[in-house]
Amino acid sequence: MLANTFTFYVAGLVAVAATALAITGRNAVHALLYFNVSLLATALVFFTFGAPFIAALEVIIYAGAILVLFLFVMMMLNLGSQASEREREWVRPRVWIGPGILAAILLAQLAFALAHGAGQGAGQASIAPKQIALALFGPYVVGVELASMLLLAGLIGAFHLGRREAPASKSLEKGDA
Amino acid sequence: MQEFVHFLQHDVLARISPPLGALPDQIVLLGAILVGAAPIVAFMAVIAMAWTYGERRIAGFIQARYGPNRVGPEGVLQPLADGIKLLAKEDIAPAGADRPLYELAPLLVFVGALLPFVALPFSEKWVISSMAAGVFYVLAFEAIEVIGIIMAGWAPNSKWSLYGGMRLAAQMVAYEIPMGLCLLTVVALAGTLNLGQICQMQGGAFGVGNWMVWPWVSPFATLAFFMFFVGGLAATKRAPFDLPEAESELVAGFHTEYSGIRFAFFFMAEYAAMYVVCAVATVCFLGGWHGPFREWLAPAAGAPTISDLLGKAVQVKTADGAWFVWANLWGALSVLGKWAFWKPMLYELLGAFYLIAKSFFLLFVMVWMRWTLPRIRIDQVIYMCLKVLLPFSLLCVLGAAAQTVFTDWNLLHWLLSAGK
Repeated sequence: MLANTFTFYVAGLVAVAATALAITGRNAVHALLYFNVSLLATALVFFTFGAPFIAALEVIIYAGAILVLFLFVMMMLNLGSQASEREREWVRPRVWIGPGILAAILLAQLAFALAHGAGQGAGQASIAPKQIALALFGPYVVGVELASMLLLAGLIGAFHLGRREAPASKSLEKGDA
Repeated sequence: MQEFVHFLQHDVLARISPPLGALPDQIVLLGAILVGAAPIVAFMAVIAMAWTYGERRIAGFIQARYGPNRVGPEGVLQPLADGIKLLAKEDIAPAGADRPLYELAPLLVFVGALLPFVALPFSEKWVISSMAAGVFYVLAFEAIEVIGIIMAGWAPNSKWSLYGGMRLAAQMVAYEIPMGLCLLTVVALAGTLNLGQICQMQGGAFGVGNWMVWPWVSPFATLAFFMFFVGGLAATKRAPFDLPEAESELVAGFHTEYSGIRFAFFFMAEYAAMYVVCAVATVCFLGGWHGPFREWLAPAAGAPTISDLLGKAVQVKTADGAWFVWANLWGALSVLGKWAFWKPMLYELLGAFYLIAKSFFLLFVMVWMRWTLPRIRIDQVIYMCLKVLLPFSLLCVLGAAAQTVFTDWNLLHWLLSAGK
């Protein structure tokens, strides 16, 4: 139990620090890598909560696929020192006020919830994948179906964007395949 | 993790010596991690060394030449000489490189290749962590390797590296999907995500009759196995999918700018990743540790296990009041003279032999293909993934799910009555 708590706090601190660095970092690639570290640390937090399945999914989907896509685009553009100069100009103290207030409200809510004992002790038992599957396709089946519809819409959108002009595609595809 | 620490404290350390059992959790955990990591790193190094030699030797035979045969008998010491050469080489970093990322990238790739070994079984009982979501865990750390490789492609500020890194990222992220779906086919058939349990149910007649890959177990798994292997070739950037390091156009791809020990890390990670893909294919499709004659050594129900025997030998000394570590060590050593100890030991060893031998056969096929097939184009690589492997792997998952439902009367009945 002690080892688990220890891991939780270390991972939590890493997640908070990495997120802060991701927001304040001027180099876009570094910021993305910090964001990735933050996601990995969050995965570890899930793991200590007794949700290894969600932890693995977090790594596969967020850290391994979505962030890789972001990194891919960032590195392709290869923004130089000009971009970080512009970033420095954009991030003025006055820009921070709005998000700062919103974040403060959330923080106050979190503190309030914690003070009133809303934080139940998690991680008493490890949740097996089977339990998650039974929950997803039992009580939450409508949510799963809605999410799959949303993904289908995204898929069709991506197909539409990626489609070539009709006459060119015929001759090219024959040659390619 | 807690149970593991608890087990170490109460069943191992406390039995060796009471003061050891009273160590704090964190120190026990840290020690266990360090002790557990050492053999994995050693195993990785051995695989990399064996296969650098094996690959060049097989390439030599395929191309009707000798390959390395000067250092030691038949050239078997060549990898050692290469290792010394790599260690002694100058470590050069390009002037325009992003130094922290440049230095971190090989380590990240190495760690990404190392971590799947935690969930990968070597034999029935020889697995570091038999976790419930083992299949997903292995896939997750394939994903971490991609980040390291993208970093390696971008950090040196070189065109060749960047193109190599981009190609590899596109290729690995794309091929993860059909590979995951192929594994999902097996998961649907086996009804579990635990690699050990998936393997356990593939015994059958003579230890070979029930492998997932056989069409009579499931034709969908047969198709999935071949697709998984093709996906594995692409995910480990092996020919004909080795576009990321295409020598004729990109010098050496994402590791162009690396030299010396940093290059050695990439090299080791590549062979480790190949082994991981082959071992996962073996565990999920080729029966893993099952093989002929192994049942003869199977321990009878209720027979003492290796850890029971060791625990007993150690406990006797504790009862005598002599808890001195060396006395217990002698007790542990005395077990070595008993057949009851060697029989389960041989059982596990034979299992490990079968698993590693099958994985090495798949590795051999990878090497064979590399020196036989020409490299294909990058658009063909992606076409192959998205328009060939992806639809067919989806078909496999659907077919396996249908097979699971329609061959299990209880499950079908449960599903049909679930709405009522």
